Amino acid sequence: MIMKIAFSTSGKDLNALVCSRFGRADGFLIYDTDTDEYTVVENQQNVNAPQGAGIQAAQAVVKAGASALVTGHCGPKAFTVFAASSIRVYHSDEVPISEALQAWRRDALAEMHAAAVDGHWV
Amino acid sequence: MHIAIASGKGGTGKTTVAANLAALTEGDETVYVDCDVEAPNGHLFLKPELSFSETAGIPVPQVDPALCTGCGKCVEVCRFNALACVAGKLIVFAELCHGCGGCVPACPEKALTESSHAIGTVSRGMAGDLHFVQGTLRVGAAMSPPLIRAVKAKAPDAAVIIYDAPPGTSCPVITTLKGMDYVVLVTEPTPFCLNDLQLAVETVRTLGLPFGVVINRADVGDARVRDYCDAEDIPVLLTLPEDRRIAAAYSGGALIVDALPEYRASFMELLGKIRDGAGQREKGKAVRS
Repeated sequence: MIMKIAFSTSGKDLNALVCSRFGRADGFLIYDTDTDEYTVVENQQNVNAPQGAGIQAAQAVVKAGASALVTGHCGPKAFTVFAASSIRVYHSDEVPISEALQAWRRDALAEMHAAAVDGHWV
Repeated sequence: MHIAIASGKGGTGKTTVAANLAALTEGDETVYVDCDVEAPNGHLFLKPELSFSETAGIPVPQVDPALCTGCGKCVEVCRFNALACVAGKLIVFAELCHGCGGCVPACPEKALTESSHAIGTVSRGMAGDLHFVQGTLRVGAAMSPPLIRAVKAKAPDAAVIIYDAPPGTSCPVITTLKGMDYVVLVTEPTPFCLNDLQLAVETVRTLGLPFGVVINRADVGDARVRDYCDAEDIPVLLTLPEDRRIAAAYSGGALIVDALPEYRASFMELLGKIRDGAGQREKGKAVRS
């Protein structure tokens, strides 16, 4: 059973919108489905990274203990990291995280099995 | 004598100037080096017969999974975000690696070794008496400086070596300009070209290299490029007019000095000014040492 879900976002709480960007999102809200509590992991070091933002953001999401990610788009290199760590990735539009969370609970979010966008380099 | 033809803005006539200069300097052993590895096009005009080609690569880390403990120390060291460590496993993104080698000594388990990751090819040949060297970046490879270094290393030593630089003022250009005796900046009299010329001048001045300007299609646009050169005391080495016949020759892959011999004298004069400019530097060096 999934215990922690990561949402890419520029906000700090459940009213904030899901951010369509993954690697260069401002941060990630990590929601614990067991306790219904959440924390926010900053992603500032990747917002202006010259390259590899998705890779490092994916690693940060893994380190935060998430086993699912809800985001807008996600590139091929981030997917490589998720594949190595068995994280499931779900697509959401830019709706409030609380709505995306409910949709995820209803199993109404589409799971992404491959990159939704091309990489920047290859 | 190492001469780079650079520009700031792309499409101003670097290759036109470089290829025509290279074709002119018969008598002296001459090399043309195409350092614009993302879009090498000097071959279209010089039509070399390429006899040698080799793959150029950068050293990227390779992990021995039996030794890697997943500690992530290499990931911390990598400023290019080319490494990730998840679930105790290291993932290497070779296409992001700059080949700096920093990760290898950072590994406490000695689990990393280096292997070569191909980024392009260097080819070499002759166009008549002219030595020709070019680099071609592999499609998808993001980083050209290591290939440009490999291209420069393959250029045979000669009396005159002409380097056709990439556009811009970033790392590929700096890599090309290192070790030059003189830099020619090719521009056009437009505001856009002036902006990029100023950036290029700043770059070349920072590198401490002697340089001058060629104004291509000099009778279009306005006088601001000329005024800027005058104000900054930058020598204008050559002006080429907006001549439809030059465009026609270019479109057919012909050199100006072949198709329109009346321009030979202009290019000879340019070469003479470059020699003088580079020579002054030699003298300066001698005085300083």
